[in-house]
Amino acid sequence: MDLATFAVQCLNAVQYGLLLFLVASGLTLIFGIMGVINLAHGSFYMIGAYMAFALSPLFGQNFILMLLCGTLLAAALGYILEWLFFSYLYQREHLQQVLMTWALILVFEELRSLLVGNDVHGVKAPDWLAGSIPLGDLMTYPVYRLFASAACIAIAIALWFVVQRTRLGMMIRAGASNRDMVRGLGIDITRLYRIVFAGGVALAALAGMIAAPMASVYPGMGGHVLIVSFVVVVIGGIGSIGGALVAALLVGFVDTFGKVFFAEYSGIGIYLLMAIILVWRPEGLTKRGA
Amino acid sequence: MATMPPTPLDRLPPWLLPMLAGAALLLAQPLLTPYLQDLVLRIVVLAVFALSLELLIGTTGLVSLGHAAFYGIGAYATVMLSPADGPGSIVLLLPAAAGCAALYALFVGAFSLRTKGVYFIMVTLAFAQMAYFVFHDTKFGGGTDGIYLNFPPVLGDAAKPLLDGGDKPTLYRLAAGVLIATYALLAMLRRSRFGHALAGIRVNEQRMRAAGFPTTLYKLAAFVIGGALAGVAGFLVAVKDGVVNPELLSWHVSGEVMLVIILGGLGHLRGAVIGAVAFVLLKEALSNPALLGRAADHWQLTLGFTVIVFVALLPQGLIGVLQRTRS
Repeated sequence: MDLATFAVQCLNAVQYGLLLFLVASGLTLIFGIMGVINLAHGSFYMIGAYMAFALSPLFGQNFILMLLCGTLLAAALGYILEWLFFSYLYQREHLQQVLMTWALILVFEELRSLLVGNDVHGVKAPDWLAGSIPLGDLMTYPVYRLFASAACIAIAIALWFVVQRTRLGMMIRAGASNRDMVRGLGIDITRLYRIVFAGGVALAALAGMIAAPMASVYPGMGGHVLIVSFVVVVIGGIGSIGGALVAALLVGFVDTFGKVFFAEYSGIGIYLLMAIILVWRPEGLTKRGA
Repeated sequence: MATMPPTPLDRLPPWLLPMLAGAALLLAQPLLTPYLQDLVLRIVVLAVFALSLELLIGTTGLVSLGHAAFYGIGAYATVMLSPADGPGSIVLLLPAAAGCAALYALFVGAFSLRTKGVYFIMVTLAFAQMAYFVFHDTKFGGGTDGIYLNFPPVLGDAAKPLLDGGDKPTLYRLAAGVLIATYALLAMLRRSRFGHALAGIRVNEQRMRAAGFPTTLYKLAAFVIGGALAGVAGFLVAVKDGVVNPELLSWHVSGEVMLVIILGGLGHLRGAVIGAVAFVLLKEALSNPALLGRAADHWQLTLGFTVIVFVALLPQGLIGVLQRTRS
């Protein structure tokens, strides 16, 4: 493997890892704060991708504006869903919530099939992001992928700011480390849950929208992302955004280079990584063993 | 509810109803049309699979999201260990399927039982996904196409078998017998000292450890037994379908069987069986065009909403309804 190929693979790994981070950060917050194992999180990624497919003809070259509008729509969707389906489930057993989110996957998939059909669609990147830049003598790298990485980094920084530097973030961090104590301190937990859920849905949908021009938009695209995001969340330690970032990049590199070196066994790679890490540290990277 | 006077139902011995149900299942076979026989067979296989997971989740409190691996390995073992030139023997293949699944369960359990709660869910999922990709991506088990079972296994002489797995009514009786045996085995196990220790571990593992029980060993034993029984269900599905493919090991299957026992009601063997009945019938009814017309094409939507209503109204699962009407 020469240097240019190696560089391209590294860029791919980082870009994939960052995208996973967007999905996983919402999942880890919903998981850590609300204690909900949200199987429908992959569906929100899918909804985002289909939203990009539906919205991009309307917005034309205003790609960033489209991302913003889509994110707001997704956040509103999350807010309503939390109110309709989850708000009365918190006192129940976790497995009841699993059943609920599983049912939501079925509903979303079928609604998608009713509204858009079962065909595979492509989403065109806007013209100003369409080219590619040369890398070495033979290789090129698409501009859109660089844009995707940059966008993900910007969102990650914004997320870091919200979580570490604002009052809302303080409540979120407190909620992730001790839910009952937060409730005891008189913080409006209902509102906090609703905001966290809406934020998580928005992040997943945003990841889906960013991914749409790179990968085609197809039925069942949420399922794979869901499982890989859970892997990321668990490797990073539940409720930890920093852990999710490290884990997402780790998974990105293992998956990308696994495909390069061990094509036949590449599917196993990330699960092997997760098994090894959890046997070594049973509560993920950020927490020392029990 | 404890203050309610006992109804006639409560005065019956607890083993009577399951026993009658088992007898009815066996005796009903000649009365059923081929379609109904096939439907019941599907329920029976799912019920065995659900019971094997009930031992882990409902009895021991081990929430495994990788149970399809043992089911799939049981199914693959049945096909791959069958001789190429004639039918294999049920006496050999059934224990072999259970044994292969139990071996993998021993391996998975030895590692994954170090973790707890959600982490345990995810590690079991990880090991199941590894097994899935081995069958999916390599030539080992025929790749994505899977393999066909050319000769259904038999009991006794191949020319004049006592039991022929290829004959539908025979397979029905065999599967029904396996379900009854599994139910009886688990019922006895739950009443034994071992079963009580498992229940104690579910409620408070630390206290059980303090009381001198080697809890990890007990959990590992439960995990291996659950895996072996899932392998038995895998044997049945391989003989029923005559073909195996990697999708048997996918996480969707693990999720589905978990939903079956939650739907039925956790913590009761009856719950797993009722859940299997309800799930298969619901799926069948909602995808039946004669019943629902054009809505049948979108059975996932109706199934999804039905499950949401179930969750909203029945916190204890279907078994909760039975108990409520009784008291």
